[in-house]
Amino acid sequence: MDFIFQPWAWYIGGPLIAISLLLYFYFGQNFGASTNFETMCTILGADKVSNYFKKDWKKQKFALFFVVGLIIGGFIAANYLIPNQAIDLNPKTVQELTDLGFANVGSQYFPDEIFSDEVIFSLKGFLILLVSGLLIGFGTRYAGGCTSGHAITGLSSLQLPSLLAVIGFFIGGIIATWVIIPILF
Amino acid sequence: MKNIKFLILGIFFAIVLSKSQAISWYRFYEMFKFQSFHMFGIIGGAIVISMIFMQLFKHGKIKDINGNKIVPRPKKEGFISTILGGTLFGLGWGISGACAAPIFVILGFKLIPALILLAGALLGAFIYGILSKKLPN
Repeated sequence: MDFIFQPWAWYIGGPLIAISLLLYFYFGQNFGASTNFETMCTILGADKVSNYFKKDWKKQKFALFFVVGLIIGGFIAANYLIPNQAIDLNPKTVQELTDLGFANVGSQYFPDEIFSDEVIFSLKGFLILLVSGLLIGFGTRYAGGCTSGHAITGLSSLQLPSLLAVIGFFIGGIIATWVIIPILF
Repeated sequence: MKNIKFLILGIFFAIVLSKSQAISWYRFYEMFKFQSFHMFGIIGGAIVISMIFMQLFKHGKIKDINGNKIVPRPKKEGFISTILGGTLFGLGWGISGACAAPIFVILGFKLIPALILLAGALLGAFIYGILSKKLPN
């Protein structure tokens, strides 16, 4: 039982992600997550505004079941499987973030500076999350995939568009952490 | 209910991401700052093992549940769309520490922040849909 409650090392997590991909394909579908944003837009009525969303969302029902599973799984993990969210970060990371004004760095998965109630109900905190979400939704659809669809499925099946997309992911992620985070905090 | 298996797979995948800390804002910060191997090990390990699966799919050693050959859908081509779209996604990922699947997982951890992220993502996908014909590929 101890194993369940300890953090899982990369050499456990990586292979189990690959097994998830295997099962997803075995069940007859293409592994990915970001198409759901489009499907949800269609369900919310975006098909009345743009032809792009005139799609038969029922064909994506399996993916919506996967999404419901993700939410349930997240809830189970958060409440029952992770008694201690402390993360063994590089001391350099801890120092850097502390210098930027982050408190209790690595004591939980999500920093209060971005995820606490106090912050998200301030204009700045709300906009940081909303705009990040917007970039995620827009970017994944423009690029044609996310970490699951491009980085894992696309790279492992040796697709050139996925290599370009992943290069883009890192350009964006590096600009965000090296330049934008220090400006925001 | 043939879709129930996707629900169970979703629960499994969410638990894997949660337990291996692959939804933690700090882990992605560390990754983009090249200060830890953890996330590179997870993503790289997942890719390498998936490559083996892809070869088994290709040679028909593993077929899907209906006995059909598994062929991953080809990704849409386009230099600007993949690089620029990828970079915009990377910006959102780097700031919020969330990518697509984890947004749904984080709903179970931090409900309201994840709802804001999700609202943003739906808005972003909506804007993309409206502009899609005008954007360069």
